Amino acid sequence: MDLNSITALEAGRMIRNKKISSVELTRYFLDKIHKSEPELNAFISVSEDEALKSSEEVQSRIDAGDKLSILAGVPMAVKDNICTCGIPTTCGSKMLSGFIPPYSATAVEKLKAAGAVLLGKTNCDEFAMGGSNETSFFGPASNPWDTSRVPGGSSGGSAAATASGEAMYALGSDTGGSIRQPCSFCGVSGIKPTYGAVSRYGLIAFASSLDQIGPIGRSIRDCAEILSIISGHDPKDSTSAKETLDFSDSFTGYVKGLRIGIPTNYFGQGLRSDVEAPIMEAARTLEKLGAELSEFEMPLSDYAISAYYIIACAEASSNLSRYDGVKYGFRSETGESLKEVYYNSRSEGFGMEVKRRIMLGSFVLSSGCYDAYYKKGLMARDLIQKAFFEAFQKYDMILCPTTPTTAYKKGENISDPLKMYTGDLYTVSVNLAGLPAVAIPCGFDRKGLPVGLQLIGKPFGEPVLVRMAHAFQLNTDFHLKRPVINRTRKTLTSSVAD
Amino acid sequence: MEYEMIAGLEVHTELSTKSKIFCGCTTAFGGEPNTRVCPVCAGMPGTLPALNEKVVEFALRTGLALNCEITKYTKFDRKNYFYPDLPKAYQISQLYLPICRNGSLEISCETGTKSIGIHEIHMEEDAGKLIHDPGDDCTLIDYNRCGVPLLEIVSEPDFRSADEVIAYLELLREILMYLGVSDCKMQEGSMRADINISVRPSGQKELGTRTEMKNMNSFKAIHRAVLYETKRQIEVLESGGKIIQETRRWDDNKETAFAMRAKENAQDYRYFPEPDLPAVEISAEMLSAIKENLPELPESKRARYQTEYGLSENDARVLTSARELAFLFEETAAICKKPKEVSNMIMVELMRLLSETNTLPESLSMDPAKLAALIDLITEGKINRNTGKTVLEEIFRNNVEPEAYVKENGLLMLTSSSLIADAIDKVLAENQKSVEDYRNGKEKAFGFLVGQTMKALKGKADPRMVNRGLREKLD
Repeated sequence: MDLNSITALEAGRMIRNKKISSVELTRYFLDKIHKSEPELNAFISVSEDEALKSSEEVQSRIDAGDKLSILAGVPMAVKDNICTCGIPTTCGSKMLSGFIPPYSATAVEKLKAAGAVLLGKTNCDEFAMGGSNETSFFGPASNPWDTSRVPGGSSGGSAAATASGEAMYALGSDTGGSIRQPCSFCGVSGIKPTYGAVSRYGLIAFASSLDQIGPIGRSIRDCAEILSIISGHDPKDSTSAKETLDFSDSFTGYVKGLRIGIPTNYFGQGLRSDVEAPIMEAARTLEKLGAELSEFEMPLSDYAISAYYIIACAEASSNLSRYDGVKYGFRSETGESLKEVYYNSRSEGFGMEVKRRIMLGSFVLSSGCYDAYYKKGLMARDLIQKAFFEAFQKYDMILCPTTPTTAYKKGENISDPLKMYTGDLYTVSVNLAGLPAVAIPCGFDRKGLPVGLQLIGKPFGEPVLVRMAHAFQLNTDFHLKRPVINRTRKTLTSSVAD
Repeated sequence: MEYEMIAGLEVHTELSTKSKIFCGCTTAFGGEPNTRVCPVCAGMPGTLPALNEKVVEFALRTGLALNCEITKYTKFDRKNYFYPDLPKAYQISQLYLPICRNGSLEISCETGTKSIGIHEIHMEEDAGKLIHDPGDDCTLIDYNRCGVPLLEIVSEPDFRSADEVIAYLELLREILMYLGVSDCKMQEGSMRADINISVRPSGQKELGTRTEMKNMNSFKAIHRAVLYETKRQIEVLESGGKIIQETRRWDDNKETAFAMRAKENAQDYRYFPEPDLPAVEISAEMLSAIKENLPELPESKRARYQTEYGLSENDARVLTSARELAFLFEETAAICKKPKEVSNMIMVELMRLLSETNTLPESLSMDPAKLAALIDLITEGKINRNTGKTVLEEIFRNNVEPEAYVKENGLLMLTSSSLIADAIDKVLAENQKSVEDYRNGKEKAFGFLVGQTMKALKGKADPRMVNRGLREKLD
């Protein structure tokens, strides 16, 4: 069995049926990581000893006949803004380099209880702020399809590791598209859950009312399985929902009668034609499978990016105030007075993009500006949420692109933050409205780089989204394509390979 | 020129819930530094607050007792600023929708009774403690207090004298303790008061510029601070100066206040609604349940003690000075049905014991049944009052069962006239001089002979019989 091409579920079954042991599998991935990391830089830290120990423990539990989840023993990775007890958690920042949390995020604890094996912590944009993994203090991660290009962000490392076969699946986080966009850039599947479906306890906060942890995997079915494990009410997170997600009806392949709305104003200027084409082709595929397509106009899309950046940066400016050099993380060596410790630690510890967003956020919350910016932002958010609600009276889901382009070259956009921000136009409104969305590979552009399709659903409508996405994956093979990391030529091959 | 003083109070009280407001850590006072801390109250990355519902209940109890309107959907807000005792660099407080508003408290002092308006009451979390170590030239931070629930009670600027301020604080403290929401120990910091004071010429409508006074650690210090600042402001205005709006730190040792560093720009706290906590809905059911279970408040208790038990105002005041005393009084009187006896016993003997052992009434935990039994023993003539004092002390210290204790130690009052007569004879025989003194008119000698007789009978005799017996023999 080609370990690079099987899904997490298939690996889990193999372990259960004693076709392979968790330890063997873990060794395979650690070896893969070791070989690929010089080019990919998808990991900030690899926990080799813990991973092997973990795989041994899980294996003996399985051998003893313990009833564990179907993903028990399957090796995975976790984005480095999610706390893992005893394992360094840096958020891709100098500010937290060396920080070792004495607690794990609830999502991580749930996966551990289910028998997951943690390989390491993946690279990400600093404090999840960015769309290319280039703001990371630990250097950019690379897109495995073309290592001169970005993997997307902020969950770039998780997407790159999953796509390249360094891990079977990974956890990412999504505040404005940070799971969906890297999934699309790297040709893997991902889910941004409904706000509140997954506990945020242990997710190092960027924007409290927008953040969610979600799965990145080789198939949408894998993602659904992971989401089943990590979702659920958590008393430690007062914003976590009581609703549960039931995927029992999501894998039939049956989508007849499901109504898909396609927002025509998303398909205008700015969307590359070789990105638009595979998406429209995918829509036709779904129509052939029985879905009913309709076109409509999504209102207020012009305001989404502004509202998003005002709200996200405002919350971030407050959430990141605790990094002051006093209690944990980086403290500047210079600095004699208290003020200097604060100023110097934060100046030296944070990167440019983080500082930019903190300043933007502090500004919109300042007295005199609060009404004009933050309050207006909340009002716009409210209207955007209502607009989606209106649309979902007529449709079960909305189909659209994830990003206007495919993976761009490293360094191309990093000096133009506003350009970077406008790349989020298809994803941010989903976070503003607290809705679920999935991203799945649906083709390739002219250069052979992956294109991702986005499906947006009603609150707690993940099972319906997965049903549609899974039907697509039953009838296409885009998600089965794997990149080859070619050291000499650094170009792509989109075939199933070693 | 005559001036009048105007003041408003902001009282912070630490709630005596078992756990902190947003996590499960204990709120107990003291402890080794940084031992009562968890990732949540230490503001570690990725942690989130979870509201302790008891805090809401305590806030509602307080709001109802202070006649407030209760906000149906109350929300938390973030107050952002940097200081080492604030681990998240923001305090979770309430600005826009505080839980209680527009209440009142009627106070009485020498000038009469008056209603003080309560502007609002809100919930918030306390910060840590900074300890300045002069030896090491550094500051140490103890996060034990981070996250302890606070209730901030803001009054309207209705105070016109230092006495009114103290009357309000004393009554407020009493109410908070009666409600069981706080132990209000100023010396431990569980009750703090900041005052905003201004003065204006009598008759003027506009308010003068106010200053804020902080760091008064007792009611007496507050009284001194108010008098001082009123005088200071009047002197400034009389000499043609202007009052600077500033915060002044009271130094009780020097009995003066120092301006804290004046800030050019007012601190901008960038308040915004706390996204990690949903709004709290206060249902009608929740409110009526709390209303029903509100304890009787001290003012109405005092009135009732006078009408129902016929106690004097002073007695009522002493018995209600702590709810534990009031409880003991009411429960004991209910059992033995002798309120005046109970009242005397508590006010004289028990208060004396508390004072001698440096025990606060709040720590009193005497069993009313035992006290009632003791009082019955005395009033039924089974033991005399001296013995009664001894037994009371035993109940107080060792929680003894009074009847059993009396039996075990043979303390039953001696009423045998023959034994008493024998003792009297012996005492008279041994104290001829005193007998002569008495016969010569010295009444004091009689007391001495009574004492000697009681001593001979080991204090157990019925004093009335001893008295009578002696009089008969001597006269």
